[in-house]
Amino acid sequence: MKSLTVRLTALLGCVLLSTEGFSQASTAASPNYLLWSLIVVGILILVAAIISLSDNLLQIEAEKHGVNTEEDDFGLFPSLSSMFGKTAPKYAGKGKYHKLSKGFDIKLVGASTGVTDHAGVTRFAVKPQNFNGMSPIPKVVVEAGDEVKAGDVIYFDKKVPNVQYVSPVSGEIVEVVRGAKRSIAEIVILADKENTYAQHETPNVETASREDLVNYMMASGAWSLLNQRPFDIVPAEDAIPKNIFISTFSSAPLAVDMSLIAKENITALQKAIDVLTKLTPGKVYLGLDAKVEDPKSSVFGSLTGAEKHWFAGKHPYGNVGVQIHHMAPIANGTTVWTLGVNEMVTLGHLFLSGEYKTPRYVAVTGAGVTKPVTVKTYQGANVGDLVANNLNEGNNRIIAGDVLTGQAVEASEYLNFKDSQVTVLSEGDYYELFGWLLPINPRPSISRTFPAFLMPNFEFEGDTNTHGESRAFVVSGQYESVLPMDIYPQYLMKAIMTGDFEKMEGLGINELSEEDVALCEFVCTSKQPLQSILRDGLDMMQEQL
Amino acid sequence: MGLVDFFKKIEPDKKKSPYLHTTYDAFFTFLFTPNAVTKPGGVHMRDGMDLKRTMVHVVLAMQLCYVFGTYNIGHQHFAAMGQFTGIFEGFHLKLAHGLIQLLPIFIWTHIIGLGIEFFFAAKKGHAVEEGFLVSGALIPLIMPPDIPIWILCVSVAFAVIIGKEAFGGTGMNIWNIALLARVFVFFAYPTTIAGDEVWVSGFASLAEGSAVDYGWAHTGLFNSLFEMMGLATFDTAATVVDGYSGATPLALAYQGGWENVTEHFTVAQMFWGTIPGSIGETSKPFILIGAAILLVTGIASWRIMFSMFLGAASMAFVMNLWGATPFMEVPWMYQFYMGSFFFAMAFMATDPVTASGTNTGKWIYGFGIGVIGMIIRVLNPAYPEGWMLAILFLNTFAPLIDHYVLESNIKKRLARA
Repeated sequence: MKSLTVRLTALLGCVLLSTEGFSQASTAASPNYLLWSLIVVGILILVAAIISLSDNLLQIEAEKHGVNTEEDDFGLFPSLSSMFGKTAPKYAGKGKYHKLSKGFDIKLVGASTGVTDHAGVTRFAVKPQNFNGMSPIPKVVVEAGDEVKAGDVIYFDKKVPNVQYVSPVSGEIVEVVRGAKRSIAEIVILADKENTYAQHETPNVETASREDLVNYMMASGAWSLLNQRPFDIVPAEDAIPKNIFISTFSSAPLAVDMSLIAKENITALQKAIDVLTKLTPGKVYLGLDAKVEDPKSSVFGSLTGAEKHWFAGKHPYGNVGVQIHHMAPIANGTTVWTLGVNEMVTLGHLFLSGEYKTPRYVAVTGAGVTKPVTVKTYQGANVGDLVANNLNEGNNRIIAGDVLTGQAVEASEYLNFKDSQVTVLSEGDYYELFGWLLPINPRPSISRTFPAFLMPNFEFEGDTNTHGESRAFVVSGQYESVLPMDIYPQYLMKAIMTGDFEKMEGLGINELSEEDVALCEFVCTSKQPLQSILRDGLDMMQEQL
Repeated sequence: MGLVDFFKKIEPDKKKSPYLHTTYDAFFTFLFTPNAVTKPGGVHMRDGMDLKRTMVHVVLAMQLCYVFGTYNIGHQHFAAMGQFTGIFEGFHLKLAHGLIQLLPIFIWTHIIGLGIEFFFAAKKGHAVEEGFLVSGALIPLIMPPDIPIWILCVSVAFAVIIGKEAFGGTGMNIWNIALLARVFVFFAYPTTIAGDEVWVSGFASLAEGSAVDYGWAHTGLFNSLFEMMGLATFDTAATVVDGYSGATPLALAYQGGWENVTEHFTVAQMFWGTIPGSIGETSKPFILIGAAILLVTGIASWRIMFSMFLGAASMAFVMNLWGATPFMEVPWMYQFYMGSFFFAMAFMATDPVTASGTNTGKWIYGFGIGVIGMIIRVLNPAYPEGWMLAILFLNTFAPLIDHYVLESNIKKRLARA
């Protein structure tokens, strides 16, 4: 930097000397103001460069001696980001507050208004196909009619027999449902009134070796709670993650409030963090919502042992993938683990009491629900039981999950492994006269061609109409505007479509999972299925390994 | 809905008559948004925006240019004869003459362009895409008013077949379709549309004393209509007045710099657009209103518009400093009063398909157009305007610009490991 400045000044000087202006200035009585001011500016730049260089040297020297140059303001000049950048609140340390400007909140009616207990959910199910990469027919160790306790092994993948998948509740196995080509679709459990738990002998987190912890987790079902990025798979037995990331909130439309479950299980959460720090040579990162009231003393703010980062912005700022990108981005060739709050709670209880507990708060939301409510239940609850007597008339679509990433289900089906939300929308199977030009119903959109952009707090009912036909990619810059990551989604999608592995990897496919591009898919003018394209790409990448 | 049932009843069979079905489908989806719902996986709710809505907003944004363009065709026609020199004098005659000139251009553009689109859509078995909605609206605006219809038809056919369908349809083309049509006219028929005469319509020649060239629509239709209403009529005996040239400000500036321009036109005239030129590109305020619509709705990229202005202004400034010819000495801000800079900026350079797709790329792309366009305008001895060529040139290089933006993104990611 300095040498460049010096060279530029020297060059400028030579040019000036060779011009007529200089000779005029030296001979004429009146000085050439332009020339002299240029020289003065050049000298100033030179002096500034020297000072800034020594300032940098000072910081490097300080770092060598272990002084934290990031936390304390160091050096003579305030850095540019501290002068013009976003001002971080006091509670977040330097570099631990991330204000993301890109994104979009889809405001929908039907947010949960209260909490009810249980609500008569009697049937639960485990679905092997919730785990990417699971064999179509895993080994099921129970039969219809068997009694199981919560935490008893239900099935395991024959390729990795050590990793057990266990029951979320205690009760009687009523059915093993088979899907296409005799694959195991779901194993249904009729729950007891009171849960009884299989008791495990817990290793001491402080003294046990990493190997002991891993073996305990695989035998007790806790290993299946881990999610490995890239690819969103259950980690291999010998996998060692570079870092572990936990997002403590969801920013998806009408998502459940994670602080409900955290409040009741705060000791379990703390235990889970203690365990996770033993599993990685790197750090455990915790992504917190800066938009809640008093973030410092929020439920998650009291947790220790993890590096806490605060995020403010719009959806998808709660997605763990987005948070990873801003905390410690995934380098190609490395893997990280992620967990949600629910998984943390289960993991923590396994180490506190040796019991596999899966408490869940499930938000029953959307315009199709009569009384939106949050139901306290367990993992894998029956959807029909959750929405019983609570649906509006009409042709509804029930979605397990949120409107962006969920899955359309029948009332007889069950929530997936990580779901904690049910959304009900009306089906949009209607024709609309000049709907593209003069839309009658209000509909959410990032486009300012709709007058609704003037009312940012308007809540839409929304439906499942596509509002247009599928086209080739035409509009540019649209995906980038809702994805707060340094990634070019449109070019990544094109690379996937053409099967260009090098480009896919280079453009950051390893940093993404479906939920991260879900909002891009929502805004897509050409109505392209980005999530399934991305999944194809991830599968292709995985085959290459 | 009764109307839907009626249209569903008359739906032709897809297998038996694919061409008819494609046409039917295009009109049906124009009339009704389809009842398609989202898939059970993936997003369940979609943004209200689709390609039809995007495209139609661009077309809406240029409507004022159409209105003014039509009127200005008539205004220039009468200015050549020295009649009705006030802007609002002979309003009905100017409008009538404008319509007589513009309507055939508009209709033939769409017959040829849409015809080819429908044919290829049926042949490839996909729906008719909306791309030509905008191209078809742009082409009449960038043509000289006196263009022979057969040349127009050939150029539109060339642009749609070679420029778009050969590459795979809307979203796949490399060059801007409308500009490709214009550049085809420019290079293929230089003798027919060169010189100062093409900017004024209604005369066989612009030589002093030559007579007007009125057809049936003037003398038969409108004259009898205006007679009935007791208004002034088209004068078949009128001739071109002394010393009228029909040259555009740019041609004048090329000959003799800014003084030469101001001898013929005032700055206000150039700003409001009552000057000879292509049909839609003369009136700056109306184009800027269109640009504002595109910017407020977020349909066109502000990065491209802003950087293109920046590029053109800085290049014009450099030309001022250089000052080798009278044209170079035209003060840099007056360069924007002449020619079609704003039209190219608002409607041509911002085409998302042919522009750079990355945000960084858009800055470079827009700035490049501004600089190169100004160089061509001022230094090119053959034709004193550059935006058409500059945009097509940068269209060609947009993928390269994006390539390097992506490479830097890839490098950044590799540096993490």
